Amino acid sequence: MNPLKKFLFELQEITNLITAALFGLVKSPRYFKETIRQMDSVGVGSLPIVLLTGFFTGGVIILQTFPTFQYYSIQDQVGKSVATSLMRELGPVLTALMVSGRIGSAIAAELGSMVVSQQIDAMRALGTDPHRKLVAPRLLALMLMLPLLTVAADLFGILGGGIVATGIFNYDFNAYITSVRYGISTPDIIGGIIKPIVFGLIIGSIACYKGLSTTGGTVGVGRSTTNSVVLASIVVIIFDFFLSRALNAILDVKYI
Amino acid sequence: MLSPQKEEPAAADEFIEAEQLAPTDLEDAVDNVERVVPAIEFRDVHLSFEDKKILNGISFTVRRGETKVILGRSGGGKSTTIRLILGLLKPDSGQILIDGEDITNYSEVEMMKVRAKIGMVFQEGALFDSLSVYDNVAYRLHEQGIGEEEVEREVRRMLKFVDLEDAIDKMPAELSGGMRRRVGIARALVGDPQIVMFDEPTAGLDPPTARTICELAIKLRDLEDVSSIFVTHEMKNLDYLCSEYAVVDENGDVVFELEGEKLCLINTEIVMLKEGKIIFTGKDEEFYASADEYILKFVRGK
Repeated sequence: MNPLKKFLFELQEITNLITAALFGLVKSPRYFKETIRQMDSVGVGSLPIVLLTGFFTGGVIILQTFPTFQYYSIQDQVGKSVATSLMRELGPVLTALMVSGRIGSAIAAELGSMVVSQQIDAMRALGTDPHRKLVAPRLLALMLMLPLLTVAADLFGILGGGIVATGIFNYDFNAYITSVRYGISTPDIIGGIIKPIVFGLIIGSIACYKGLSTTGGTVGVGRSTTNSVVLASIVVIIFDFFLSRALNAILDVKYI
Repeated sequence: MLSPQKEEPAAADEFIEAEQLAPTDLEDAVDNVERVVPAIEFRDVHLSFEDKKILNGISFTVRRGETKVILGRSGGGKSTTIRLILGLLKPDSGQILIDGEDITNYSEVEMMKVRAKIGMVFQEGALFDSLSVYDNVAYRLHEQGIGEEEVEREVRRMLKFVDLEDAIDKMPAELSGGMRRRVGIARALVGDPQIVMFDEPTAGLDPPTARTICELAIKLRDLEDVSSIFVTHEMKNLDYLCSEYAVVDENGDVVFELEGEKLCLINTEIVMLKEGKIIFTGKDEEFYASADEYILKFVRGK
């Protein structure tokens, strides 16, 4: 199969998978317990790494940019720069990448193992649609939890930036928070919520597709896991660009 | 389905025809039309994976209460055949009928109803790792939303059938290979399916455990009137399935007896696959008497 044909085939399969899973959400049987379990795994399980990532990202932004702001005597803008960069870009993208690495790989590995040990076939033989039972709860959990994780990462990023500004550059914390408050706009918040919903769908659908299309035994499981993380990360970054462009236009985001 | 012993193995076909045309059977057939419709029927089924031909014009039927033992080398299309019956694969051409219903072009949703009638025992058991033995066996019932009391009763009945009541709370990782297969059988039998398929259920097991699995298949055939397909490449399984039958003795215990002077098995046939084609269909006596080089190699192992 040539690369273009393969790409189109995979795109079709992922679209079919998303459609089947989303239709599965509105028809019974619905798997609430499984969805809650997945939400716990995605949300609570990923919280520590997402908070750490957010905190140190916020900190390093201040560390690298504060001297420049100081040089131009615009330190009062430093909180705004951290808040907007985190809420618009770094928060959603970094959280998505972290979740892709942690949850996307786990989903692909789990489903891949189920495929090679014939558990998926057994599930179908026992009259259960794997798209409803396995894919739909995972997609829903990712689409619900990723925005919450992103908000948490944004908050910890702003906090990390504030601690670095105060601790290293002796900048007043209240002035920093004021700068943050005046820097954040409603479109920033809405955009920062919409993006992770889309990223959750991307990570979940790619991980589920790669897991369910595993072939070649345990080696295949490893390959699916790696491919899932790499592909999801690339697609998240590519989509981020187009999504940012679209959201800026739709939400009328002010650049200054 | 048991019948008085015939004299000559070569007369098997005549015997079956005579038996099929016997007045009592015809009356039964009129009374119960369902029994004359094959449980499973393949009509000229073809399947290829990319350039490789897996099944090349397969046709056979499995009658009610009959066991078809599918033999063949690894990669010969045995497991593919039963995956087609479950609708896990679709044929390129030909027809597959379950209880007279053409399922060839059924959608996944339509297949779900057909699968409810079929039990499937996978090669390694294919138990759900994250679920206990109880939850594995109860899986189908939980999915159907049946009350827990009834579920527990059914699970215990099935585990008793496979003699694994003590393992009810164990996790699959705690079970031996043979126990996993038996739990797989219990799971497949929940809901009393009238068709059961065994995909190399004894592969990699020690002889006594393999014998136990075969006994379960014999019990299903002779005591539960289940139609089954038993995929294997182990000749010992063939001997058990084609020469022994299960009866309940005066104490109510299930005993296994060899076909012989009293009774002859007519409800078990062998289907031999070679490179996607059926090269033999018939009784074990005919199979062992065959002069076909491929069959001889298979029987003798060289």
